[in-house]
Amino acid sequence: MRHLLSAADLDRERATALLDVAEEMAATQAREIKKLPTLRGRTVVNLFFEDSTRTRISFEAAAKRLSADVITFSAKGSSVSKGESLKDTALTLQAMGADAVVLRHGASGAAHRLAHAGWSDVSVLNAGDGTHEHPTQALLDAFTLRRRLRERAGGAMGGALDGVRVAVVGDVLHSRVARSNVLLLRTLGADVVLVAPPTLLPVGVGTWPCRTSWDLDAVLPEVDAVMVLRVQRERMGGGGFVPSAQEYTRGYGLDGRRLRLLPEHALVMHPGPMNRGLEISAEAADGPRSTVVEQVSNGVAVRMAALYLLLAGEDAA
Amino acid sequence: MSAPDTSTAPAVLVRRASLLGGAATDLLCEGGLVARTAPGGTLEAPAGAVVVEAQGLVALPGLVDLHTHLREPGREDAETVRTGSRAAALGGFTAVHAMANTDPVADTAGVVEQVWRLGREVGLVDVRPVGAVTVGLGGERLAELGAMASSAARVRVFSDDGRCVADPVLMRRALEHVRGVDGVVAQHAQDPRLTEGAQMHEGDVSSVLGLRGWPAVAEEAVIARDVLLADHVGSRLHVCHVSTAGSVEIVRWAKARGVDVTAEVTPHHLLLTDELVRGYDPVYKVNPPLRTRADVEALREAVADGTVDVVATDHAPHPLEDKDCEWAAAAMGMTGLETALPVVQEALVETGLLGWDDVARVLSAAPARIGRLEDHGRPLAEGEPAHLVLVDPAARREVDPSAHATLGRNSPFRGLELPGRVVATLLRGRPVVLDGALVPGAEGSGMTPAAGAHG
Repeated sequence: MRHLLSAADLDRERATALLDVAEEMAATQAREIKKLPTLRGRTVVNLFFEDSTRTRISFEAAAKRLSADVITFSAKGSSVSKGESLKDTALTLQAMGADAVVLRHGASGAAHRLAHAGWSDVSVLNAGDGTHEHPTQALLDAFTLRRRLRERAGGAMGGALDGVRVAVVGDVLHSRVARSNVLLLRTLGADVVLVAPPTLLPVGVGTWPCRTSWDLDAVLPEVDAVMVLRVQRERMGGGGFVPSAQEYTRGYGLDGRRLRLLPEHALVMHPGPMNRGLEISAEAADGPRSTVVEQVSNGVAVRMAALYLLLAGEDAA
Repeated sequence: MSAPDTSTAPAVLVRRASLLGGAATDLLCEGGLVARTAPGGTLEAPAGAVVVEAQGLVALPGLVDLHTHLREPGREDAETVRTGSRAAALGGFTAVHAMANTDPVADTAGVVEQVWRLGREVGLVDVRPVGAVTVGLGGERLAELGAMASSAARVRVFSDDGRCVADPVLMRRALEHVRGVDGVVAQHAQDPRLTEGAQMHEGDVSSVLGLRGWPAVAEEAVIARDVLLADHVGSRLHVCHVSTAGSVEIVRWAKARGVDVTAEVTPHHLLLTDELVRGYDPVYKVNPPLRTRADVEALREAVADGTVDVVATDHAPHPLEDKDCEWAAAAMGMTGLETALPVVQEALVETGLLGWDDVARVLSAAPARIGRLEDHGRPLAEGEPAHLVLVDPAARREVDPSAHATLGRNSPFRGLELPGRVVATLLRGRPVVLDGALVPGAEGSGMTPAAGAHG
């Protein structure tokens, strides 16, 4: 694997292999000494043009636990904020001997450009590009889902997510998490339904490999997991997408009443950070079926697996 | 518009050219005019005449571009009147309309005369400035259209291209105002509110790429409004670069109703689709955006049935750094002067939709008529101005932007093999391109022509 830019870069075999490696990585994280020598001498640059403390820390921890040298480059206060281009930043990183770049950028396709514009030959891992994709988030969601469902099935489950029914609820239009999840979950055989008000579903969503619905109450009784997306407050009211936060919560917020519409075994997921009281209530976020905290810790294992496969090659897997 | 004195230039005999794709014909050009035409191989070259052997070449009247960005004044790093004129001549054009979105904006008689003079100094094509509709393209106050019309540049086409004249009252006034100078408002139809931050065509591909959409309705709604306004005030409207099947339907309806409307389509909208954006290469970023295959098919049909009158390049050169970046940061626009004819041949001639006589109509006669360029777009007949282009339709070449004369390297046709090669271009009987290259010495040095050289 040369780059990880989109969840579509992973076929079923690669996706399950990556989740399997992540399981191994997670096992090492239960040990007293968490650090592996795997990427000793390799340099991973976290290049963050957007603030994202959680994702940045998760990637930092993943790279450090694989013994890579980690350079974190945040756009704020750097030459980038003085107008340096993505291209020049890429050339600089190349000159400094970076082996992989973990890129978070506000422009959709920025990771594609960094990988394919001919500026440098480093491996690129997309850590979120605009409203396009966030493949490691989808991987950690799938990992979390697979783990929980395997526990429940007592191990009687394959490496994928065949037939698992997942609802993704919220601002699909602006969500890179939704795009990556639809692609990856479909690759793994799951059945995805997107639930959002019509204003927050993109024109063209009909061609995506999933179903859509405007009716959360109708969807909830038939799913194995519900993924709640973060909804930006600025989309409400003056933003024009939804008349008000209250209107959104009434239609699409996961509250106690809706929690009880779910089958007993169904999971509640959220990529964080949560707007409690807007898209998810405390009862839903903190209940026993919530995987929110687990998703965070699984994020490190999944990112270790992604960096490992990117830099140590999949033959070694 | 008349031109530098050509009476001392040597005669040119074009031998055995296929006139508009038809019979082999000899054309003798003298004194800036087509002096004689005769069946192929029957004319003797006068003493001292330049002889151009044109067997197998198609002769067309010199092409006229209704929509060119020459960037000068202000963005000479992107293009100049000189480099753009070279590109135009090499592409078979003998006249181009230079868009008004320069810096300063071409919204006064002074700026349009400056551009016009620069064009005459270079002397490879006739440069006809387009005047801005509103001051500074600001969309708030009408520019002095009358002053630009009566200037030496004799502006007849007015456009805020790049921006839409969105205010309906202002558009109405502009349409009314140009009636008095036999002008036309060339509208860049784009509802600004529906396209805030828009990056590409809104549809299946944009949904996957997470790029903000530029919906077809944002173009179509403005065209619908404008044809009704033009009808209401009895004025002449030209619609720039229509890009959607819906726009075609509206223009077709308006023409059937008798509205005095004309429309243009770009070569890129006749060949390329939004599928190309999947790699996020900004060379495919343009406004209006590349649309779907169904739109491309509708646009081709519209040229064939006359609903769309003109193919115009929207040649929009940009410096490398404005395209060598992430998609959202990149400039919109594509070069087009040196690829227009090959693309038209590929999309419209080889598909059987147009004959070469139709090509002459959409790339020469119709744009000249719309721009009121009296001595361009004329038939290749005795007594007519000797603007002509010779095309080798059998040639096929891979597009190599680094070999182009434009300063812009942003050709979306890069790497495509396209048919057709411009072999020669004659401006008022004077060869400016021969054997596919600029004729040494054809280009003016930058000295202003002698006073009295123009009428």
